[in-house]
Amino acid sequence: MARNKILDSFAAAIADIPDGATVAFGGFAGPGTPYNLTKALLEQGAKRLTCIANTTGGAHQPRMPDIGMLVENGQVAKVVCSFTAATRPTDVLPFTPYYERGEVEAELVPQGTLAERLRAAGAGIPAFYTPTAVGTELAEGRETRVINGREYLLEYALPCDYAFIRAWRADAAGNLQFRLAQRNFCPLMAMAAKTVVVEVEEDILPAGAIDPDQVHVSGIFVQRLVKIPPAPEGLWTVRRQERAR
Amino acid sequence: MSSTETKGWDRQQMADRLAREFQDGWIVNLGVGIPTLCSNTDIGDRDILYHAENGVIGYGPVLPAGQEDLHLVNAGGQNVSLNPGAAIVHHADSFGIIRSGRIDVTVMGAYEVSAGGDFANWKVGSAKGGGIGGAMDLAACARRVFIILEHNTRKGEPRLLRHCTLPVTARGVVTLVATNLGLFAPNGDGFAVRELAPGISFEEARAKTGAPLTEEGRA
Repeated sequence: MARNKILDSFAAAIADIPDGATVAFGGFAGPGTPYNLTKALLEQGAKRLTCIANTTGGAHQPRMPDIGMLVENGQVAKVVCSFTAATRPTDVLPFTPYYERGEVEAELVPQGTLAERLRAAGAGIPAFYTPTAVGTELAEGRETRVINGREYLLEYALPCDYAFIRAWRADAAGNLQFRLAQRNFCPLMAMAAKTVVVEVEEDILPAGAIDPDQVHVSGIFVQRLVKIPPAPEGLWTVRRQERAR
Repeated sequence: MSSTETKGWDRQQMADRLAREFQDGWIVNLGVGIPTLCSNTDIGDRDILYHAENGVIGYGPVLPAGQEDLHLVNAGGQNVSLNPGAAIVHHADSFGIIRSGRIDVTVMGAYEVSAGGDFANWKVGSAKGGGIGGAMDLAACARRVFIILEHNTRKGEPRLLRHCTLPVTARGVVTLVATNLGLFAPNGDGFAVRELAPGISFEEARAKTGAPLTEEGRA
């Protein structure tokens, strides 16, 4: 009998995360974001973390558990993301003042490069060349190469110790399905990480209940599954509040 | 309406002007903010496929509260609908679509645009960090880059310049710029006026631009 992947609590699923771990957080503007696992990590208290995500969060209301809260909680040494400030200069991410004061490091990465660095890590590719960011401040002092007459920037794979992701459905074998915009970075992070922890929206199904042709992430990549309990115990996605311009 | 009310273009009119450049069958990526308004423009029966960075391909209008699907957002985090023929891919495939040159046009906001087609939209001068998102991938790889921005800052400084003063997002990529004063095309030395908004004279546009301005078809 293979090892059971289903755990009873978010706390149990992330209990072993040590200080100094690198953790990737799936999600994009809500869908796929592992709010429950993030909340558990806030309570678990691991420190000196490197957090990888599209953004550190917190620019919208209502605020849900995010990397910015881990920063506020003194748990983060570094973030790797495509926003260290909000898109509009008038918005302030909770993370930004910590970064401005030098209390946390950041590596700012274009979103497509972030996705591809994760994909490369999961695909056994150590580095690749991309046209993105050539000629910008991000490329200063870094290795570039002209291939077929165009200049490209060298980017390295981005492996992670853990990935936290949220899926729509899972079976006991760890096979995952996402619904609509939930997919985003989640399959890439699942492949890039050594240990993948998934918060699952629907009841976890017996192995074989998901059509193999319809699996988005193979259970090979998934170690731990936790069913999200109903609200208020479990955290569920809500519509963002509209903002004044 | 009086002439003071019709002077220049408002945000929707700036977006309309660029959206009318979209051709039938184009795959279009709209940035957050004013560019999103391009999807409101009536461009007849031209078939446009809207691509969002998060892998939502073929999205439609934003849905009102109560009708939304919380699993479905565009790149701006708005709860949108899907048009017939829509597809969902993950982030690496979504940016593969971008980097492989399959986006016909990306429309973005910016702080500055230069005569050489450089633009800056990810970092303000005083900040240590910035917000890049998908802008650098789109700017480097889309077939066309259109920019929408107010012609001047709130202090009245020009945003159309000989050279960008802020860190650039990409170099030499912008082909068309819509501002509240009109439609402009970077031409290396300055900007060519493609069209002036109602009530805007060439002299006014020239005075408010930080690079030489030429009237289309005139040396």
